[in-house]
Amino acid sequence: MATLEPPKTIMNDDGQPNGEVPDLSQDALLDMYEAMVTTRLLNERGMKLQRQGRIHFYVGSMGQEASHVGFGAALKETDWYFPHYRDTGVAVLRGASIEEMVHQCYGTAEDHIQGRQMPNHYSFKDINFYSISSPLSTQIPHAVGAAYAAQIKDDDVVTGVAFGDGSTSEGDFHVAMNFAGVWNTPTVFLCQNNQWAISVPTEKQTASESFAIKAKAYGFDGVRVDGNDVLALYQASREAVEKARNGGGPTLIEAVTYRMGPHSSSDDPDRYVPQEDLEAWSNRDPIDLFQAFLHEQNHLTESEDEALRERIKDEIQAGVESAENAEGPTIDSLVEDVYAQVPWHLREQADDLKRFYGERPDMDGGH
Amino acid sequence: MTLVEAVNDGLNTAMHEDDRVVVLGEDVGVNGGVFRATDGLYDAYGEERVIDTPLAEAGIIGTAMGMALYGLRPVPEIQFLDFIYPGFDQIVNEVAKIRYRSGGQYTAPMVIRTPYGGGIRGGHYHSQSSEAYFAHTPGLKIVIPSTPTDTKGLLLASIQDEDPVMFLEPKRVYRAVKEDVEEGYYETEIGEARIAREGDDVTVIAYGAMLHVALQAAQTAEEEGVSVEVIDMRTLVPFDKDTLEASVKKTGRAVLVQEAPRTGGFMGEISAFLHERLILNLEAPIQRVTGLDTPFPYTLEEEYLPTPTRVLDAVDEVLSY
Repeated sequence: MATLEPPKTIMNDDGQPNGEVPDLSQDALLDMYEAMVTTRLLNERGMKLQRQGRIHFYVGSMGQEASHVGFGAALKETDWYFPHYRDTGVAVLRGASIEEMVHQCYGTAEDHIQGRQMPNHYSFKDINFYSISSPLSTQIPHAVGAAYAAQIKDDDVVTGVAFGDGSTSEGDFHVAMNFAGVWNTPTVFLCQNNQWAISVPTEKQTASESFAIKAKAYGFDGVRVDGNDVLALYQASREAVEKARNGGGPTLIEAVTYRMGPHSSSDDPDRYVPQEDLEAWSNRDPIDLFQAFLHEQNHLTESEDEALRERIKDEIQAGVESAENAEGPTIDSLVEDVYAQVPWHLREQADDLKRFYGERPDMDGGH
Repeated sequence: MTLVEAVNDGLNTAMHEDDRVVVLGEDVGVNGGVFRATDGLYDAYGEERVIDTPLAEAGIIGTAMGMALYGLRPVPEIQFLDFIYPGFDQIVNEVAKIRYRSGGQYTAPMVIRTPYGGGIRGGHYHSQSSEAYFAHTPGLKIVIPSTPTDTKGLLLASIQDEDPVMFLEPKRVYRAVKEDVEEGYYETEIGEARIAREGDDVTVIAYGAMLHVALQAAQTAEEEGVSVEVIDMRTLVPFDKDTLEASVKKTGRAVLVQEAPRTGGFMGEISAFLHERLILNLEAPIQRVTGLDTPFPYTLEEEYLPTPTRVLDAVDEVLSY
């Protein structure tokens, strides 16, 4: 659309600042970079593990590392983050270990959700990284409700919630935006607009001129930011988070990016994604941009970058080896955590299943 | 005190005792609820804890879940059970599964209160009894009281429960049943049925508004020389297997009453349970008295709903088998 302004950027295509650079320490910048690179490398290994049949699924965030890491970096550790399944980098940034993420993808007994969810559906309460659901947008009202609770308890907590462009068509998105506007909750919404909802492009998703503009109807601001520019994302997010923290209410941030991989390991994007789009967007790869910036600003040498990548790959390899050798969850774990206490009918069902497999030790399932 | 007044008393007691408790929903604040279940709470506890929400059930349930995750004890009201379905995904996929899918890291203890059931000339959309949908969802507890005393005690127990509870209130008897209700705080245990009337010849099992239909049938039966034991289930999930088993073992005959449509109804589960465990104790096949497998009607609602006479007909059938 002719009237639409280009999204906010800070770095040009060579990673050089063409706007004011946010005030971030070298450590903070390198943490963000490490989270982005870890996400990319986990993604590459995860897809391979799926192709090898070692895990059954993988959903990656190739090309979107900046759009969620820039957002996550603007939140405090005590702020609550409500993820979807394409923002692994925020978990990394907040301190989730590679090993526990790999165990989750394998669904082992050491996975702290006991193999109950598909790969990449993490849950890390100790770092305020909420549990991921496959149905879209369901986490958005949770972020608003939690923010309301924090507000009435007078806690200094902002909630950040992420979702994709397709998610903005779900009722839960509109419901949550409306409640947030009416209640003026300290919530920051991140729409990672990667241009695709599996195979459906944005023009079939909405007739709005942008996703950011949808905030206007709910009585608060929406901003459109270059999602491949981690500094621009950070800057816009920090402004929104500070505003929320100071009682200024919610903001919707649209991170304009591009999904550089399949929807998931089950998808074949060659059927619908134009090759020229991928080529165009690969010139603005978020990790390449940020690496160039860090290099130019003397924060990261080539050899340091190389060493970082080797260390992450080693950690992933160690995680894979650990998960490959781990036991599976027990039959008892099937009926735990449905309720606070296992009720009689679930106890009976688990005991019956254990008896069945106990009498047939040659069959799978007798863990 | 009427049943709806017991709801109000229970909420007031919970909010007084526990400042984590908040109430939210459509018209629950200034107006005190369309049935007056939340009457007076807004004045007593203020707009932060008694929240008039925008008109969206998915938002009411979804934001209540966020509050529960954060440590509040929300009690969302859905104005009629018939209106709950926009929030169905939130209940079934989120509220019910969060403990399991996060390995117990996150929990969403909350009480979803909603009036249910027919007999008030409410047509399709103010009469439904769709408890079976929720009973089919692991992670939810289903509580349905039938008396004012139980309503207050079960509501207070539900609010303190660590798991999400669907609290279905039989609106047909909101004002029809009166009792002296204990003042102050008390809990009635979830998962325990109540023998509402003792008897020897046949067991009639019911819950909610149908409990009163069953009791009327039992009264008439006694006048005809038949001794009917009536059990009020009170909790559907997890149900009280011991009380049900002991009663049917004693009488050898059972009639199960629900106003919901028959197919896939909760009493089908109870029938299967009793047949699986007690087949050798049974003197006759268990009978169900239920609503029809139709949308809830308007003009013919009295014909649709189980009545004492229809229950007696089933009692006769199991006795004469």
